[in-house]
Amino acid sequence: MHSDRASLGLKIAAGAGLAFMHLPLLLIFIYAFTTEDKSYQWPPPGLTLKWFSVTWSRPDVWEALSLSVRVAAISTAIALVLGTLCAAAVSRTKFFGREAVSLMVILPIALPGIITGISLRSAFNLADIPFSFWTIVLGHATFCVVVVYNNAVARFRRTSGSLIEASMDLGADSFQTFRHVILPNIATALLAGGMLAFALSFDEVIVTTFTAGQQQTLPIWMLEELVRPRQRPVTNVVAMVVVLVTFLPILGAYYLTRGTDTVAGQGK
Amino acid sequence: MTSAVQFTGVSRHFGSVRAVDAVDIDIAEGEFFAMLGPSGSGKTTCLRLIAGFEQPTGGDIAIFGQSAKGVPPYKRHVNTVFQDYALFPHLNVRDNVAYGLMIAGRPKAERHRAAEEALELVALPGYGTRKPSELSGGQRQRVALARALINQPKVLLLDEPLGALDLKLREQMQEELKALQRKLGITFVFVTHDQGEALSMADRVAVFNEGKIVQVGRPEDIYYRPEVPFVADFVGSSNVLPPEVTEKLTGKRCHAALRPEALRISESGHVATVRATSFIGTATRVSLVMDDTPMVALIPKGQEIPAVGAQVNLSWQDEDLHLMEARS
Repeated sequence: MHSDRASLGLKIAAGAGLAFMHLPLLLIFIYAFTTEDKSYQWPPPGLTLKWFSVTWSRPDVWEALSLSVRVAAISTAIALVLGTLCAAAVSRTKFFGREAVSLMVILPIALPGIITGISLRSAFNLADIPFSFWTIVLGHATFCVVVVYNNAVARFRRTSGSLIEASMDLGADSFQTFRHVILPNIATALLAGGMLAFALSFDEVIVTTFTAGQQQTLPIWMLEELVRPRQRPVTNVVAMVVVLVTFLPILGAYYLTRGTDTVAGQGK
Repeated sequence: MTSAVQFTGVSRHFGSVRAVDAVDIDIAEGEFFAMLGPSGSGKTTCLRLIAGFEQPTGGDIAIFGQSAKGVPPYKRHVNTVFQDYALFPHLNVRDNVAYGLMIAGRPKAERHRAAEEALELVALPGYGTRKPSELSGGQRQRVALARALINQPKVLLLDEPLGALDLKLREQMQEELKALQRKLGITFVFVTHDQGEALSMADRVAVFNEGKIVQVGRPEDIYYRPEVPFVADFVGSSNVLPPEVTEKLTGKRCHAALRPEALRISESGHVATVRATSFIGTATRVSLVMDDTPMVALIPKGQEIPAVGAQVNLSWQDEDLHLMEARS
């Protein structure tokens, strides 16, 4: 017989699955407070807050954090401009090769990061471009553009084309139409796409490994730090910060795009 | 008299599709002009050509004597009421209506006053702070109308504006639109596929078929004196007699139109067979076949309805048989 209530077995299985995914995260948080700093001993011999102040006074943490924030911010900004323009072109006009362009824009996120990384690295080598802040930004922008594009293209498709015509009809030129009609209608989609792009860039490791020179972004710094058996809880403190910094935008993006399923410009 | 809108041999071809093909139109200032035709006949493309959303592939369009070639939509003194109303979902009713003034850079107080006046004109005073999504279809239609009128256009284009409304509301809006046009004296160009709407509202009607205008004239002319079989059939739902049948009846070889309400079932006349009958409220619609030609007769209430399959005699007054000699 069909029942709307889940059986006990299913509930346990679901609970176990969720626990498997999230308990390790909890462990990371707990080890940020441990008093022992050489190895991850369980249970922690004691709890302390001193690693927060140790982390605060470590210049390498600040350098890595600031680099990551700058890379994520600039990659997201580039992605917002290019992704929106591309989405507008693909959804508003018809041209030869439109489907191919659409596919090629999405491809970087479907490709394994290691392929993107290797190909960018060889391209930079061939072109004699020294690895720098900007090569990292370029690497991140490849997949950030996709996230913004996907969000924007979906919103463009749901925005009635006659809104743009109505605006032009009432005397607005292209720029005014963009500012007063298009932007307000795609703003939440852009914000959501931008937040997602920021979060993706912030914790990216693979592409960064291939496109960075001597600089360390935060995830790369953490990877290096794990090998050194000294002041290990510092890494855990940073991990907590990363979880918060990436989780909040994704949560925000979810709430912003929720409940916007009604078609903009649907008149009837 | 000045022409508000003048088409000279205007074409709009999309590849091999001739959406509009060598059309000449002359719409006078202050006229209520209807473009009537089935979907895909080119009437909406003509409207979009006037608005500037499409550019002609041939010919020239003049708006108040000035060529519209290369003039973008935002520089034309023409405004449009869209079929789906196209109200901006992120703005409230007042900001929707005042959009044109906001773009023109008018101060806020003036915009709000003008928007309220426009809303009064369309019988929606005090609706300014609502969102379009909170309005009914008829109310959105009025907002779209107010928004299109706020820039005081010289020509107002209406693209099937009543299509989404229910019958009662549609009839009410027809009267209101007509009254509004008289009051404002603006040229209205109205696109519709509903012949009743075109005939009841317009000063003149252009009937479109396959990208061409097949007849232009006053509603009575279009209805009673169709020049081609298409107009007789589409506008009047007339019976169209082929040339052979007309020749037998009158001796002249051309298409002829015979209105369903002009047909009588009587003692003597032309023999026809009843195929089907259906009650449509004010009358009964009787489908018949006469000389292999399908015919429709409207039998008024109170008269005897023949049985399906019966042989009857059809008769009509001679002046009701309209010969289409000129262009058939």
